[in-house]
Amino acid sequence: MNAIRLYGRYIGASLRSQMQYPGSFLLTSLGAFVAPGIDFIAVWALFSRFRQIEGWQFGEVALFYGVIGVAFALADGLTRGFDIFGEEFVKTGDFDRLLVRPRSTVLQLLGYELRATRIGRLAQATLAWALAVHLTNIAWTWQVWAILAFAVAGGAALFAGILVLQATLAFWTVESLEIANTLTYGGVEAAQYPLDIYAQWFRNFLTFIVPLGCVSFFPVAVVLGRADRTGVAPALAVLAPALGFVFFGVSLWVWRFGVRHYTSTGS
Amino acid sequence: MGAWVRPYRAVFRARFHLLVRYRAAALAGFATQCWWGAIKVMVFAAFLRGAVASPMTLREAVDYIWLGQAFLTLLPWTADPELARMVRTGDVAYERLRPLDTYGFWYARAVARRTATPLLRAIPMVLTAGVLLPLAGLGTWGLAGPKGPPAAGLFGVSMLICVALSSAFSTLLDTLVVALLSERGVNTIMGPLAIVFSGNLVPLPLLPEWLQPVMRYQPFAGLLDTPFRIYSGHLGGWDAAAALGRQAFWVVALVLLGRLLMGRVMTRLQTQGG
Repeated sequence: MNAIRLYGRYIGASLRSQMQYPGSFLLTSLGAFVAPGIDFIAVWALFSRFRQIEGWQFGEVALFYGVIGVAFALADGLTRGFDIFGEEFVKTGDFDRLLVRPRSTVLQLLGYELRATRIGRLAQATLAWALAVHLTNIAWTWQVWAILAFAVAGGAALFAGILVLQATLAFWTVESLEIANTLTYGGVEAAQYPLDIYAQWFRNFLTFIVPLGCVSFFPVAVVLGRADRTGVAPALAVLAPALGFVFFGVSLWVWRFGVRHYTSTGS
Repeated sequence: MGAWVRPYRAVFRARFHLLVRYRAAALAGFATQCWWGAIKVMVFAAFLRGAVASPMTLREAVDYIWLGQAFLTLLPWTADPELARMVRTGDVAYERLRPLDTYGFWYARAVARRTATPLLRAIPMVLTAGVLLPLAGLGTWGLAGPKGPPAAGLFGVSMLICVALSSAFSTLLDTLVVALLSERGVNTIMGPLAIVFSGNLVPLPLLPEWLQPVMRYQPFAGLLDTPFRIYSGHLGGWDAAAALGRQAFWVVALVLLGRLLMGRVMTRLQTQGG
């Protein structure tokens, strides 16, 4: 069986098991809809008082918000295995079982669970995106959709990379460190506004170290016809989300390094 | 103090000591809150730079944000996880066997929870935002001192009422968990409510004008908004006194409501497990 079909089987099993508790599934999905939704209330409230932020309008910020939100919802739903890796695999010693199976550990962890409740977060971000479509005057050509699809894919890869790095840390710390939340949830928080409102050191960090700005700010600004605000050529800005994939690649390399240094805690 | 407070004091002390042990969690939380605070300060500064008129100055807003990060865990956004476990296993029945007033007992637990964790988080946060940032020459973005000794004194009073209010909220949530047999729904609803209406998300004075009358009188305002605005001098004189009065009113109201609900829930208590 090839890897993709095996992954499909994993996901099927995961979905069936989650649907065994429909009430719980609904409530958790609702929570995943409401909790990030209050961030959007903050954006709306501040715009209703101040009208603009450094020349950016509400509709434009809604698009930044939607793109990064959809990217994170996808990554967060797919990488549950890495998210809880410390508690569920290292601490218990269960990672040994993954190592003896003739499949890559990454595939097995990706297939651990497809968190369907993240549909709530996805729906919430999609709504913000729809609002942006309504409020801005972008011509929604296929080129625009292609640019944004690439941005979402790059963003999802970047967030997945952060979660893989968080899991890798667990090889040494045993427990999952919530510190990665600053980059995942905190990254969403930061990237829901255009990057050029932030201080220079923060922009540099979000461009060169953890390229959150590259996956959303640069391409979305081009789509909004505000390429001048990015400080780079539009062609480069559109390709910037590729750095998200580079980040993911680097994180996989670090992961392999971590696996080689794994010592079992199992008994 | 009379002998009757002894058991409540004992449960407070035991919980407090247990909770201050989670140092690693506090450290991770601290880093997250610094990061969050920095983002919020930059976003608000950007909004205020282009603003024609604002009901809050940048100074007042920055103080409000840092205090909000420091006292984040003071918010009553989840029911006590241990009580929730007792409800699931049916152990909650034992709580009825104690020769104590159950409401008072749970309230004392809640007070420990709403002081131990916030203290652990607040001290490093205040030191970082209030001392480290100004030392690094970033005083504009840091936490300034309270606006004069009267503001400092009133802030202290308001924070004490805030703990009482938060604990009353928490005990009410715990009682609701017993009534509903699960903490899930309560926590899902309460988190967003507390964050929006306490002013943690956006300082309440910055919300749209037409919402202001509602914001002033709702109970969550007493959790963060009132003490923080007194601190920076945004609320002073009779306005501050009135706000303290509203805070105290909600403590009394929520304690009475909590007792009433607990009376009803406990007379027909359902326990699960076996």
